[in-house]
Amino acid sequence: MSGVLRRLSAGGIVGLAILVFWVAMALFGSVVAPHEAGAIVDMEVFLPVSAQFPFGTDYLGRDMFSRVLHGTRYTVGVALIAALIASGSGLLLGMCAAVWGGWVDGIISRTLDTLISIPSKMFALVVVAAFGSSVPVLILMAGVIYTPGAYRIARSLAVTVNAQDFVTVARARGEGTLYLVREEILPNILGPVLADFGLRFVYIVLLLAGMSFLGLGVQPPNADWGSLVRENMAGLHEGAPAVLMPAFAIASLTIGVNLAIDVLSGGRRSGEAG
Amino acid sequence: MLKLVAARIGLGIVSLLLVSLAIFAITSLLPGDAAEELLGQAATRETVEGLRARLGLDLPGHLRYLNWLGGLLTGDFGRSLANNVPVAQLIGSRLPNSLMLAAATAAVSVPLALAIGITAAMWRGSTYDRAVSMLTLSVVSVPEFLVATAAVIVFAVHLRWLSALSAATDITSVGQFFRVFALPVFSLCCVIVAQMVRMTRAAIIDQLRAPYVEMAVLKGVGPFRVVLRHALPNAIGPIANAVALSLSYLLGGVIIIETIFNYPGIAKLMVDGVSTRDLPVVQACAMVFCAAYLALVTTADVVAILSNPRLRHR
Repeated sequence: MSGVLRRLSAGGIVGLAILVFWVAMALFGSVVAPHEAGAIVDMEVFLPVSAQFPFGTDYLGRDMFSRVLHGTRYTVGVALIAALIASGSGLLLGMCAAVWGGWVDGIISRTLDTLISIPSKMFALVVVAAFGSSVPVLILMAGVIYTPGAYRIARSLAVTVNAQDFVTVARARGEGTLYLVREEILPNILGPVLADFGLRFVYIVLLLAGMSFLGLGVQPPNADWGSLVRENMAGLHEGAPAVLMPAFAIASLTIGVNLAIDVLSGGRRSGEAG
Repeated sequence: MLKLVAARIGLGIVSLLLVSLAIFAITSLLPGDAAEELLGQAATRETVEGLRARLGLDLPGHLRYLNWLGGLLTGDFGRSLANNVPVAQLIGSRLPNSLMLAAATAAVSVPLALAIGITAAMWRGSTYDRAVSMLTLSVVSVPEFLVATAAVIVFAVHLRWLSALSAATDITSVGQFFRVFALPVFSLCCVIVAQMVRMTRAAIIDQLRAPYVEMAVLKGVGPFRVVLRHALPNAIGPIANAVALSLSYLLGGVIIIETIFNYPGIAKLMVDGVSTRDLPVVQACAMVFCAAYLALVTTADVVAILSNPRLRHR
């Protein structure tokens, strides 16, 4: 832990602070928000930033600040669960493939390779066309889309560790698969896997925001930040804060996580976008 | 080497087949089917059964898949559920618009990205390089619609140079062509250029770490000559690879951009198909996009094989 703290750069601190703030808002945003999500607070639509309405008002005269806070749950919360599914199943499958090898590895790798050759947005559109877009569908869909990437990272890390002497020794001692995975492999690959989890989270936030922006993500009356941008597009020509603020919220979240990842991975970025 | 290239292309075709299976499976898992959707709630069971037989929906899954795949191969993409127009006709009318958008974007973004990427690698560690890195990282980590809305605000709202809405149908002059294409192409370029610059820079810097570059530096060769004469020829393969891969990001970007600017392309067709749950349209568009994506990824790999002299004699 002290090692992590020593590596903290200014950017890392800012990134972690932004991340902690938005996660707190995902949990308590609806309590902290000054108004109800649907409450119409002013007759004037697309009001500029003021002390009373820090993010202005939206196309119906609702308080944008409250709407962004209420929406945090859908953007941050949904993406967090989906990223946990993606990284969790990727890690599990990756370690299985590395430890067992042979045909298990072959089957898992080939199946997930097929998934990777469908562009993520295309996969999302096809799934929404088939199943509609409820929150559980969105979570599962994003989880499945980003499992292959998490699997590749976890597998290649686990294969390297698996080939090392202390694992061979443990295996020769007669330890079972569960012990090998839990005590020998997992602790040694956890750092890079966590950094990769952060990247998955960013990709999922961007994917789901894009889907909501197209009107195919979180459905009214609920709204995530992508839907907030979409419903206020009419204010774009006046440069209304209602359309900019949710977009800036997304940008602050994704850039914040990127900065925080640099802390986790010791200043080295672990991968390119995909 | 030819064997390697053939194997890679074969792998691409197998992937495309598997992808078509996956897309068909996902869109056919749904309990209800096209016959019920088409006839609505007032339909009797007999009429539904009749239509189902006529559409071939009463066949077992694997036969329906083979029918659908055979249709794709012979250019019969089925009929749209929304307006009963053949899907092939819908795609045929939209595809040229999307290809034009993609071509314009590629023509602008590839030279621009290569220039920025190579210069950033040449002066790596400088203020210029750090600014480029920061800027491209910011662009790749914000949603595409933020880039596009920012472009609308700057160019259409504040500067009033361009109109925010484009319609590729009423182009009459060169000036109008630019007015229609400028904003969508600009927004797409921002996204693609950022990706391409990062990958190009990484590819060249990778080469600059090689021993032969160190040798050249030790001999007293200047930084320009090291990059342009020594590193660049060896980085052509990785760079071409990066270009093809970045162009595949076009496919994701174009979905958002066509929707924002209401551009009558194939991505807009697909998004509209998804909102009306017009499955034949969605299936066909998804296959077009996946085929384009796999073609780009396969090209990237083939270029990498062709440009690697170590593989030339195998």
